[in-house]
Amino acid sequence: MANKTSAGSSLGAKFKNMTDTNLLLTITIVVFFVMYIGAIVFQGKGFLKPQTFMNILNANAALIITACGMSLVMITGGIDISVGGVAALVSMCCAVYLDFKGGNVFGAILIAVGIGIAFGLVQGFLVAYLEIQPFIVSLAGMFFARGMTTIVNTNPFNVENEAFVALKDTRIRIPGLGSVNKLGKYVPAYIEIGVVVALLVVLILFCLLRWTKMGRAFYAVGGNNQSALMLGINVKRTKFASHMLCSFLAGIGGFVYFLHVGSGSASHASGMEMNAIASSIIGGTMLTGGVGNIIGSFFGVLSLSTIQNIVSSAGLDEAWWTGITVAAMLCLFLVIQSVIMARKKRALNK
Amino acid sequence: MSMQKANNKSGFFANLVRKQIFIPIAALLLLAIFNLIADPSFYKITLGYNSAGDPVLSGYLMTILDYGSELAILAIGMTFVTAASGGQDISVGATMAIAGSVVLRVLCGTNSRPETLQAPIIVAFLVACVVSMLFGAFNGALVAYFRIQPMVATLILFTAGRSIAAWINNNELPIVSEPSFGYYGGFIPGIPIPTPFFIALACVVVIGIVLKVTTLRLYIQSVGINESSSRLNGLNPEMIKLLSFVILGVCVAVAGFIKVSRLSSINYSVIAKDIEMDAILAVALGGNSLGGGKFNMTASILGAYVIQFLTTTLYKFNVQSDALPAYKAVVVIALVVLSAPVVRDSLSRWWKQLRKSGAKEVA
Repeated sequence: MANKTSAGSSLGAKFKNMTDTNLLLTITIVVFFVMYIGAIVFQGKGFLKPQTFMNILNANAALIITACGMSLVMITGGIDISVGGVAALVSMCCAVYLDFKGGNVFGAILIAVGIGIAFGLVQGFLVAYLEIQPFIVSLAGMFFARGMTTIVNTNPFNVENEAFVALKDTRIRIPGLGSVNKLGKYVPAYIEIGVVVALLVVLILFCLLRWTKMGRAFYAVGGNNQSALMLGINVKRTKFASHMLCSFLAGIGGFVYFLHVGSGSASHASGMEMNAIASSIIGGTMLTGGVGNIIGSFFGVLSLSTIQNIVSSAGLDEAWWTGITVAAMLCLFLVIQSVIMARKKRALNK
Repeated sequence: MSMQKANNKSGFFANLVRKQIFIPIAALLLLAIFNLIADPSFYKITLGYNSAGDPVLSGYLMTILDYGSELAILAIGMTFVTAASGGQDISVGATMAIAGSVVLRVLCGTNSRPETLQAPIIVAFLVACVVSMLFGAFNGALVAYFRIQPMVATLILFTAGRSIAAWINNNELPIVSEPSFGYYGGFIPGIPIPTPFFIALACVVVIGIVLKVTTLRLYIQSVGINESSSRLNGLNPEMIKLLSFVILGVCVAVAGFIKVSRLSSINYSVIAKDIEMDAILAVALGGNSLGGGKFNMTASILGAYVIQFLTTTLYKFNVQSDALPAYKAVVVIALVVLSAPVVRDSLSRWWKQLRKSGAKEVA
């Protein structure tokens, strides 16, 4: 049997020897590029402009941050669906603090981080030390955050704090990229501050997962609780840390979201948790834990928003199409994962 | 002698506490006493007449009976799914929107404001049942055959469900003008008790008979407790999981039918919002393990009414409907913390130690 495999094409052998993480990551990146190139070919020149791509980044910086946090939790075998609620609560609290209480931007950042850490502490404790199902805990967390957002302030409003608005409107121009607009004027491509934060988060988490003891412990705990315990890893603390980090990132993501929209509303970031989970899954993070990659999650967000862009520019901009396409994509990738798992199991049994 | 008696007494009490149904009853009593102290007018029931001139009972208790019933119907299905698959279906709200949308679509046809019904109500209901069973089967297939965690598998429909519901009716908001359609979510002329209660009663009786006569309970429980050993005993775990999701589909269709009947119309983004939380909460409050295995249907159904009791109490104290989830979340957390095995173990250890030291002091 083994001989037969090696006699086959070397590419096939390489494909078979790939770890799950790399295989899923490759699928994601290929899917993203195929989709983007397809969009350029079939939907005209709009997608060729650098700014179109930058706008995807601008609009989804917060999602990238929360999806990274979600991946961390999912790698340890948990899940956190409270991130959208936390983001909404953060933006509402910051908005109220800035406009009604006359606060400054620095204080708002502290509030965002504080809310994230508070949620992380409680949820992490309940999941890791009291061994309650993470889904139930974070479901309660989500409802609590959404309810609290309404209690803090019912009506949506735009923030008018000058320092904040200045920060919100800061554009970072990228030299060398740009396009000529209809008037024949050259417009350089720009990104918002949130994108810089998001890229930093991706970089830091990538290093954390790949090269630190804590990062490797995440994979070990997600792969097999018992063996991780026998290796001398503090399983409870690792789980706690993952939930802590996820909620902390949800807090930061909430602030970045707030920075992008510049208003507070109870309906903000609705469905963000679903998008974050979908991005993580599309990015090759396994729900069963132990498999996943931050770079994959980054590409997961890009794939998800690209398909949304394609759907809306194809003229199907009725709101329901977005929901249906996201769900269809999620379904597709879940099935791919399940097939991979089944294949691996069969291979092990042989 | 007296010592023995005391032992017996504590034994009786311990037995009662250990009974699963104790949890919802205790919660119900707690809420009832709280309301009695805070404001006894909570229990006032008045007989009035609705706009059609029929006698109707109104009052907070009637509201609980009314809205708790659709929750109880959902709780029946959710209990099966929880027991068989060890996870919960979070798409029930979205699927209710789909079922409701199908009912209206069949009743109204392509015209969104028909003068007369385009099809009999029973046909609309049956079509909704079939559609919602299909969606249940979709969830069930993902869970059973593709081995995806139930909550994540149902996340797909949770995301897409309301969009599909809107798509079924072309995003229009059909209105049924036929008054007899409103009976199912309101009152049948001449009977002052809300109809959903009777529908829930019928569902409970049917499920009770099914559980009594068939081996469904045994099969579902054994699949939930240990899947591979139930396979070795000749069961088909995949089929049973799928079946539990299909049963939930029927329950969702009934609840969705009641929901649209209340309004004679639909609002896709608001209908049955957050109801999945309440349904899961009802199962948890019934003392059923959310990790699957054994279940107690009576406790779940009672749990559903307790949840509605809590919701109505909160409404009475002028809590905004958007802020409700925050309070419920606190209740959920308190419940799951108390029922967590780790907490239970340490509590019982602490209790034993306390009794030991107490016995020493007496000696």
